[in-house]
Formats: sequence, C-alpha cells, structure tokens
Amino acid sequence: MSDATINTNTTAETAQPGEAEFGDFFALLKPRVMTLVVFTAFVGLLAAPVGVHPIVGLAAILFIAVGGGAAGALNMWWESDIDSLMKRTSKRPIPAGKVTRDEAFAFGVTLAVMSVVMLWLATNAVAAGLLAFTIFFYVVIYTIGLKRWTPQNIVIGGAAGAFPPMIGWAAATGSISIESVLMFALIFMWTPPHFWALALFMKGDYHKAGVPMLTVTHGRKSTRRHILAYTVLLAILAVGAAFTGIGGPVYLAVALVFNAMFLRDAYAIWRRDEAMAEADDYRVEKKAFKLSLWYLFAHFTAILAEAALAGFGLGGWA
Amino acid sequence: MSFREEHELHKRRFGRNLGLGLVLAIFVALVFGLTIAKVSDNDFKVPAKQGATN
Repeated sequence: MSDATINTNTTAETAQPGEAEFGDFFALLKPRVMTLVVFTAFVGLLAAPVGVHPIVGLAAILFIAVGGGAAGALNMWWESDIDSLMKRTSKRPIPAGKVTRDEAFAFGVTLAVMSVVMLWLATNAVAAGLLAFTIFFYVVIYTIGLKRWTPQNIVIGGAAGAFPPMIGWAAATGSISIESVLMFALIFMWTPPHFWALALFMKGDYHKAGVPMLTVTHGRKSTRRHILAYTVLLAILAVGAAFTGIGGPVYLAVALVFNAMFLRDAYAIWRRDEAMAEADDYRVEKKAFKLSLWYLFAHFTAILAEAALAGFGLGGWA
Repeated sequence: MSFREEHELHKRRFGRNLGLGLVLAIFVALVFGLTIAKVSDNDFKVPAKQGATN
C-alpha cells in the first residue's frame, strides 16, 4: 500500500462535515455540571480540618473534575438515543453527529480510569475509592439501571452529584466524617426540587423521550407536592447544619435567608395549578429553578467563608 | 509528494491537535509539580533508606 493510498483513504474517511473538534470532546464532559463538581469539591477540600499542599489540592480538584466529566461522557454514550429526541440535549456531540458512540465510550472509560488512579497517587485511597464509586453509581446504577425505570430517578441520581464535596474532604483528611456527609446530604436533598422545578416547565422533553419523570408518571400536581415536601426537609437539614462543624453565624444567616426564599417559592409552586402556570408561562417555577442555583452556591460559599474565618480564629461558634 | 507538504487533514485537525497538546503539557507540568510537592513533604522517605534501616 502506498502513501498515496493511505492519504486517499484517510481523506475519504475523515472528510466528514461533522468532524469532532476539541470543543466537542470537551462538551462530552458536561462542563456546566463540572463547574458544580469543581466548586463543591473545592469547598469540601478547604472546609476540611487538615491542610493540603496547594499543588496536591489543585491536582485533587482537577482529577475529581475529570472523573465527573468522564461520568458525563459515559452518560452521553448510553443516552445518545434519547438525547436526540429532546430539544435540550439534541445538540450534544453524539446526537449532533460530531462524536461517535464508540469514541465517547473510549474517551469516558479512559478518563475515568486515569482520574481515579491519579487521584489515588495524588491524595489517598479513600478519595480515589469514593471517586470510582461516584462514577460507577452515576453511570451504572443511575444512567443504565434506574433512570428509565423509576420516577424517583432524580432522587437517586442526585446522590452522584452529591459526592464531590465528600471526595474533596477525603482528599484532605483521608476519611469520611459527619461534616462531609452533611455536605453530601445538602446536595442530595437539593437536587429533587431543583430538577422537578425544571421538569415542570420543560414538560415536553422528558415525555417525548419516555423518561419516567415524576411529572409524567404521577402528574404535575403530585410533582408540586413533592417539591414542597423536599424543600421543607432540605430547609431543616440546611439550617441544622449551621450548628455543626461546617457551620457558624455566617452560614446560619445565609441558610435562614435562602431557605426562607426557597420555601416561599416551593409553597407558591404547590398552590398553583397548571392553568395558572400556563397563564404566566411558568414564571414561579422558572423563578424557583433560578433561585435553586443561587441557593446551593450561597450555602457552599458560606461553608467556605466559615472555613476561611476559622483561619483567623473567627469561624464557627467558638 | 513530499512528506513536508502539509496535508489538508493537518490543517483541519490543527485546533484539535493543539488542544490535546496543551492538555498533555498541563498534565506533565501537574505531575512534575506533584512530584516536587510529595518529595518536599516532611513525611517523605526514600524507599532505599527505608530498606536499609529495616
């Protein structure tokens, strides 16, 4: 075979209009989800009572982010069929024809293995084990196992997104503690009302894809009830955390304000029916969804502030 | 055809290759930084010395 033959074949095979750019592979990592992973893992790492070398901390955050991204790529690999059906996901690299399913699978598995091994080498086995379990949980238990079978998919899937602060904490301390479990619980309880608010105003997408979202299986009235119930439980947990090792006066003030606002919105969602929601184009549901993003950011920023103040002998209740 | 001549494929994949190159460079720098951080740590012991003391 001559070089000319190789060149001809290569050109013929790769001169596709939808050839993947670097950015398409980056998009497989779900960069928007990754920002939440990076931020919460960073807070978990800094809130821990044990300091780490800045380079080790940077590496830990990076490998946790890469592990989270790998789980995202494997999620897109498995869900490419339903991604093409939903408006929100139809422009992802696989349904857009930029990256093949096999490429996404190879990319995801490689990054998953690499991130776990590197996190182990950079920090410790507990953090690496938690990262490996997170990837396994998100891809196998949630994406492949439960997402298409149960309307509680969001509740279960929320656990995967809740692990990063625990991993950050474990990277610093080498262990799991009540404080890191509380940070996990905060994200875990926050996820259902956050996503169900989204599902209320993105109603066509999940139905079209056949994903058993609560809005589809139990109806929209039931979803509104669930949002309120979870928000009440979340508020108890979030305010209660103020009196633990990660809390303090700053955190308490933030938790009181944001939980009052979130409860107000959840109550408003519960009181409305579909006719009212459609009349104002889901204004309250959209407002609650936006607030939920600020809610989580504010709580973790407050935890970070308490940790920073502790450095000056001012954090916590002591 | 000269091997030096840039193929159309190279032009097309320049962005992708540049991105991958940068990622690899950052990875190498990070592993180097980690190595320096680990060996600078007070708890670090050279394996051969550990063997000699046992």
